[in-house]
Amino acid sequence: MGFVLVQFLTGLASASSLFLVAAGLTVIFGVTRVVNFAHGSLYMLGAYLGWTILSRLPGGPAWFAGGVVLAGLGIAAVGVLIEVLLLQRIYKAPELLQLLATFGVVLVVQDLVLKLWGPNDLTLSRPPWMRSFVQIAGERMPFYDLLMIGIGPLVLLALWLLFTRTRWGTLVRAATQDREMVAALGVDQRLLFTTVFALGAGLAGIGGALALPDGSANGQMDLTAITDAFVVVVVGGLGSLPGAYLASLLIALLQAFGIVLLPKITLVLVFVVMAVVLVVRPNGLLGRKLTLARGEANTLALVRPAEPALRWLGVAALLLAVWAPWFVGPFALSVMTEMLVAMLFAASLHVMMGPGGMPSFGHAAWFGLGAYGAAFAVKGLALSMPAALVVAPFGAALAALVFGGFVVRLSGVYLAMLTLAFAQIVWAVMFQAVSVTGGDNGILGVWPAGWASNPRVFYWLTLAICVACVLVLRRALYAPFGYALRATRDSALRAEAIGLNAGSLRLVALVIAGAAAGLAGGLAAFSKGSVFPTYISIDRSVDALVMVLLGGVQSMAGPVVGALAYTGLFDMLLMVTDLWRLVLGLSIIALVLVFPQGIAGTTYRLWLRGREA
Amino acid sequence: MTILNVAGISKSFGGVRAVADVSFSVAAGEMLALIGPNGAGKSTCFNMLNGQTAPDSGRVTLQGRDITGLSPRRIWRLGVGRTFQITATFASMTVRENVQVALLAHHRRVWRFLRPAFAWFGAEADGLLAQVGMAEQASRAAGVLAYGDLKRLELAIALANAPALLLMDEPTAGMAPSERVALMRLARDLASQRGIAVLFTEHDMDVVFGVADRILVLNRGELIAEGDGPAIRSDARVRAVYLGSGATSGGH
Repeated sequence: MGFVLVQFLTGLASASSLFLVAAGLTVIFGVTRVVNFAHGSLYMLGAYLGWTILSRLPGGPAWFAGGVVLAGLGIAAVGVLIEVLLLQRIYKAPELLQLLATFGVVLVVQDLVLKLWGPNDLTLSRPPWMRSFVQIAGERMPFYDLLMIGIGPLVLLALWLLFTRTRWGTLVRAATQDREMVAALGVDQRLLFTTVFALGAGLAGIGGALALPDGSANGQMDLTAITDAFVVVVVGGLGSLPGAYLASLLIALLQAFGIVLLPKITLVLVFVVMAVVLVVRPNGLLGRKLTLARGEANTLALVRPAEPALRWLGVAALLLAVWAPWFVGPFALSVMTEMLVAMLFAASLHVMMGPGGMPSFGHAAWFGLGAYGAAFAVKGLALSMPAALVVAPFGAALAALVFGGFVVRLSGVYLAMLTLAFAQIVWAVMFQAVSVTGGDNGILGVWPAGWASNPRVFYWLTLAICVACVLVLRRALYAPFGYALRATRDSALRAEAIGLNAGSLRLVALVIAGAAAGLAGGLAAFSKGSVFPTYISIDRSVDALVMVLLGGVQSMAGPVVGALAYTGLFDMLLMVTDLWRLVLGLSIIALVLVFPQGIAGTTYRLWLRGREA
Repeated sequence: MTILNVAGISKSFGGVRAVADVSFSVAAGEMLALIGPNGAGKSTCFNMLNGQTAPDSGRVTLQGRDITGLSPRRIWRLGVGRTFQITATFASMTVRENVQVALLAHHRRVWRFLRPAFAWFGAEADGLLAQVGMAEQASRAAGVLAYGDLKRLELAIALANAPALLLMDEPTAGMAPSERVALMRLARDLASQRGIAVLFTEHDMDVVFGVADRILVLNRGELIAEGDGPAIRSDARVRAVYLGSGATSGGH
């Protein structure tokens, strides 16, 4: 019995730390409608800054509290910096572009942390009071964890008082409901947004510093924290503080008991719960249906097939690509093969995100399923490479069909989160099912068939498959199917009123996208000769997002240009600098600020303007 | 010939009876106006006819067929076109493509993956656009149209399934007075020529009395009067609602 109680209390303690991060995220989203991907980075910075401060202070509890608050204030200041320098310029930009910009911040912070604090995990030497235990029902409970249990409700209470008893809080709540109205009433929005962001950042910073005694400051905290916080915020309902606390409790207790009862599937468990909650309550436990900011729907630009001149440019590029193996070296050839795979991968995401209007944060799931499907086909079923390259897209498409049934009725951020959850589940399965997938060691020796083992031949094969698939996808998007799909994105109301079945259109789009991504994954498996769980990691999903957004979601040219530019940039950076994340992050931020429509989108518009003038 | 028959439909939201036991019918070629002060239940009534809201009780029949509680999608298939109070068009497409998509849906050609969409029903789309006077703007982006033109585009989309019944929710809201009359005259002509039954809600009384064959007046969810222009003008209860007698005021 005592064991259950302690496990329960441990769950409560980790609920508090989850809540600190999630509270900031949800408040920021409520007011600014920005999904702050960099929130985990603020948490990580809080831990590092906390370490720097606390390791120089005496060990008493009061000093500790002071140090944590100081770290929180420091991160609040960082938050202000990010908000003023970056977010303020892009509040009017599309949701996903804001996300991309904050992802740029994630990359920058990762390298800065590495540069400032080094690659080692930093732990705090704990004074006696922090190490002491309390006897509870015959079990030892760390005193610090008991403190943590109190902090969650305390912060919730403080925030509740702040939001209900102060003028500022009233404005924040008003802005969460209707920010245009608040602006129309003459409230200084800038100040409001900046202070809200500072508050959220400060909470994340405090959360990071408070995590030190039980763990360490390390370079993986940011993505772990942001994934957990996203789950909590989405389960609780975007913008709802009580919902966030409730969800923190739910998730933390689930983890605390799950690790004891079902250690094999704890990774999956959390995401399964999230998926179930979203399917049953599409707006989260306590969330309300999101109101779109007014006028957002009609900012869509006209979609046109490419002009003849641009088509010739494409043909020229293709001819160059066919000719390339004769004059480039083996390394460049492998990079180019990688670029082609990335191009198909990004194009498949474009089908969902562009005309489909379904932002997917877990697109790597299909890629990974394709890669593993191909690997199983070759190693397990002893199939030939061509057969494996058929298995890959069909396997992924089948999974997409099953998964799609759950998600196509969701929209926006919720849909993005459920796709992320699904990708995490797939990742966890591949990671934990060691006997079948080799776990972290992956599956090795997935080599192309003899006739395609020459890198040049494999390159041409990849080129043919990828280009053909991208063209087929493009064609489908300009066919009635693509128009009907785009119609459901442009105006769900009107689409329904002219008899279009948005659910089945989106499902088919998801299955097509899944198949194409699966094929890309299969090709990747053969080109690398191996598959690893990293094929399904969040990083790879984000890569795809960045490629599409970098190029522009307007037309198929976007993901193609984006994939080539991103992969090229990436490989070039790897060669010239070890600070590639910093440079890449800054480039992404700069691109978002300079090319709000993506590279292809903006270039095309400039080109059109040049011709009209 | 009766196209639409509504028999005793009701809808409550929580404790509020938005629409209470409303019955009426619309004949082919007839323009029927549904008027009433704000909050009278016009939009709720409308949404029950086109399937966006299911009535709590009552029956809606279209050409003798029970359509109560069907989805908007099904109802469109059965021949009901609709324009919205706040225009809903496809902003990433041209005017012609907007109509083409509606035609693709109507002719059940949505699940085609190869032949480009522009090659489908272009002439038919141009024909519809010509009818609403939008032929010259066919290649423009729907997202940049003036509001009055958007309303006309909506009308063309609504006509794409050759409807027996056309539902127009506040068709002239936000338009200049001269445009209002032109648009409703267009609807009037279409109703007469094609024998379409038209049901519309409207705030502009000039439009209502100018084009409607018959007028229904709703107040607080109840049908309080029905008749042609002169009859409605002289109806005591209608005058009380619109001009306010102090006793039964529910309007502006």
